[in-house]
Amino acid sequence: MALTDEIQTLTKAFTGLGVDERSLVTILGKWKPEERQSFRKGNPNFFKEDERHFERCHEDYVKRLEQEFMRFKKAIVLWTMHPWERDARMAKKAIKKGPEAYAVLVEIACSRSSEELLGARRAYHSLFEHSIEEDTSRYIKGSERKLLVALVSAYRYEGSKVEEDHAKSEAKALANAIKNSDKKKLLEDDEVVRILATRSKPHIQAVYKQYKQISDKNLDEDLEVALILKETVQCLCSPEKYYTKVLDEALKNGTNQKIRKALTRVIVTQADADMKNIREEFQTKYGVALSKKIEDTACGSYKDFLVNLVARGN
Amino acid sequence: MATLITPPHFSAVEDAEALRNAFKGWGTDEKAIVGILGHRNAVQRKQIREAYDQLFQEDLVKRLESDLSGHFERAVYRWILDPADRDAVLANVALRKSEYDFKVLIELSCVLSPEEFLAVKRAYQFRYKHSLEEDVASHNQGDLRKLLVALVGVYRYNGEEINAKLANSEADILHEAIKKKDFNSDEVIRILSTRSKAQLNATFNRYREEHKLSITKDLLGESAVSEFQKALHATVRCINDPHKYYAKLLRDGIKKIGTDEDTLTRVIETRAEKDLKHIKEVYYKKNSVSLDDAVSKEISGDYKALLLALIGKQD
Repeated sequence: MALTDEIQTLTKAFTGLGVDERSLVTILGKWKPEERQSFRKGNPNFFKEDERHFERCHEDYVKRLEQEFMRFKKAIVLWTMHPWERDARMAKKAIKKGPEAYAVLVEIACSRSSEELLGARRAYHSLFEHSIEEDTSRYIKGSERKLLVALVSAYRYEGSKVEEDHAKSEAKALANAIKNSDKKKLLEDDEVVRILATRSKPHIQAVYKQYKQISDKNLDEDLEVALILKETVQCLCSPEKYYTKVLDEALKNGTNQKIRKALTRVIVTQADADMKNIREEFQTKYGVALSKKIEDTACGSYKDFLVNLVARGN
Repeated sequence: MATLITPPHFSAVEDAEALRNAFKGWGTDEKAIVGILGHRNAVQRKQIREAYDQLFQEDLVKRLESDLSGHFERAVYRWILDPADRDAVLANVALRKSEYDFKVLIELSCVLSPEEFLAVKRAYQFRYKHSLEEDVASHNQGDLRKLLVALVGVYRYNGEEINAKLANSEADILHEAIKKKDFNSDEVIRILSTRSKAQLNATFNRYREEHKLSITKDLLGESAVSEFQKALHATVRCINDPHKYYAKLLRDGIKKIGTDEDTLTRVIETRAEKDLKHIKEVYYKKNSVSLDDAVSKEISGDYKALLLALIGKQD
């Protein structure tokens, strides 16, 4: 390979999600000092010319490299953990991080089964010597608190029995709350929180259908003014749609680290759960296979590992 | 300690046959029923139900329901259920009562261990095809709902660790709120409904050390007390001193005109295999009369016979 090609390959090896270990080994392993200097000079994104005449690393470069090398390790560690511990640790991080991470709490509280959420709460006791509801109510101060505490405390009925009259009246109650949301914020509305945090999933799905009949609109979209409510409804009713959207965001070019992290989180937590549905939804919505998108965006062992996980659930 | 007295030898088949005999002929032999069921623990009662089903292809519970009546029937029905199932039934009964009894829910959340409470929630879902949280939420409003839904949803950490600094700061938060009569503040509900029992007891101790009055006395204050205040008071009591709480409940239940049979049955049946003995001791200290004597005096009939058997009165 000509040097310019090698430089291009190497740059690519550092640019996607994860790192292309094989290229790094073969190319860097044989490059002499002059070749490595050409790499530095040819990559103004990574290196800049210092006033004292050497090509100096951007702060970002080192940090970014660390993140990309760690991506595979984090995926493995997350994958080998017991799902309860995994969810408990993610919840703890999310509580500490603040509003930008609340969606993770919604995912855990709403897309897991009742027994899985209970298991996560147990693991939380063991790991942190507090209950998840203690920490959620103590550290979350904003308007999302009421909803989030209620969601993480839920132990929903898992049977399929639904009372259509209740579903109808609750759809009406939600429609009312949405209509009056300029006077009373949706997240402050006790009825909204009660319905979404205590009812069984089949019941909420029935409420969704009834809402469509009453208003000819989709409940999750109408709750968009409080994004977290939209996410809650989506995770409860159609998690594959929610996760597909998150994955698409994560796989876009130029997104920030926070959004890209979702790729590992979603694939690892869903590999044994809803992966088949997610694959199908992704294909339908974006016209390209999820695994292909991952092949194009990620590299190295990280990419191989994810593609393996995505292929599950047949 | 339990008050239930069980015999040294036990045969589920013999008991099932004896019960069958009790149903035969004119009327029912209630004495025999009390004699057997009043002296069997939860495991034994379950085995008797299974033996009865196998031997006679009939549900013992349904048979009891149809052959017995009144206070006695309700007491026997609730007694023969598995403890978690019984608590689920009691919770549902309390929710549907016209004179709503929220204390039942508070007891479940605050007296039972987290695992016991979880078993009750599972039993509730199995029986009623709803979650307990759903039903509590939809049967309540306002401040009481906020408190009860939080109490019912919690899965408390059950460790003994205490954070002294936190106990200090949260005792102060509670004191401030009570002083300002801000009983329904989010902070009060947060603390009482999420902290572990060990942590809460440390907080209550700290409260008394700092402010001279116990939090329970402070909660009731001098003026008229709202339902919500009563609920908070029950919550603190159940966490801090359940024996005292139950002893008071028994006394009120016996003294009430016509007696509060639901409460009496509930306290005696849910604690007979646990700590009714301690509760009796507190009862005696507070009232200078034993629970056995109080029940003997104020209650009558087969219902009385069952209660006396459960509270360990020796014949």
